[in-house]
Amino acid sequence: MLKFIIPLLLFIVMAVFLALGLKLNPRDIPSPYINKSAPHFSLVQLHAPEKRLTETDMQGKVWLLNVWASWCVSCRAEHPILNRLAHKTSVPIVGLDYKDTVGAAKNLLLQLGNPYTISIIYPEGRAGIDWGVYGVPETFVMDKKNIVRYKHTGPITPDDIEKIFLPLITKLQAENA
Amino acid sequence: MRSYIFCLLLLLNTAVLAVSIDAKKFASAEQEATYSTLIAELRCLVCQNENIANSNADLAKDLRRQVAEMVNQGKSKQEIKHYMQTRYGDFVLYRPPFKIKTGLLWIGPFAFLLIGLIVIYLYARRKKRLKTITLNEEEK
Repeated sequence: MLKFIIPLLLFIVMAVFLALGLKLNPRDIPSPYINKSAPHFSLVQLHAPEKRLTETDMQGKVWLLNVWASWCVSCRAEHPILNRLAHKTSVPIVGLDYKDTVGAAKNLLLQLGNPYTISIIYPEGRAGIDWGVYGVPETFVMDKKNIVRYKHTGPITPDDIEKIFLPLITKLQAENA
Repeated sequence: MRSYIFCLLLLLNTAVLAVSIDAKKFASAEQEATYSTLIAELRCLVCQNENIANSNADLAKDLRRQVAEMVNQGKSKQEIKHYMQTRYGDFVLYRPPFKIKTGLLWIGPFAFLLIGLIVIYLYARRKKRLKTITLNEEEK
């Protein structure tokens, strides 16, 4: 009897581990910034190069940071969905244009519409590393105290807007500053 | 013989490539060694199964440059690892810290080795017992 039970148990244990492994998404690396202050940045604005934007400018309101680039194919796919999100919510969406050129970025926003309240750009530099960006698009949600509450890696889907972003924004807006 | 030479040439070829990816300048050999160990121990998050020393991804290039800059500023290995860890999490380290979450990762192999040894021991003991029993029967 034992002869059958031991291999069966081993099989079940292995099956459980493998099943869990199948469900894991290797791209979903937990951000160490969740529930911590938004990292510092000071970047040139895309449409007003004489002005800069820092994270303290955004303090006091719920806001989103979307990291994108004109060369990034999945950002292009995400773009109409971001437009929809911008339409459905009043919170500012800051677009961080990652490793891009001003011309290409402006062009894309003209072509596909501009979901961003403010766009900032950095061709080279540390802002990407400071935010722990490793694959565009990435979206961060900050609360009124400038604490990172959520990070979304990869393109946002229409489903994510309804199920994740809108409820989270409503919840964060109800919190005290 | 010909294929052997071909393989050898291939090897030589990659060695040249690896050097030419990007050469960084350091003040001392010690700093260069720090840089080499660090880039071998940091994971490229885009390609995931490569360290930033071997990866050609843009992110790996950026991280290499960042590590080189910090080494040149005289930052210690620990400081640089901490810098990366606060930004990218434990996953960026090829040697994750020992925590509850990573416990299975660290202890797992030893646990399996132990289980294997116990199984072998039990198996050997049973076989020995069987042998003595059959011997006894033959003796009868």
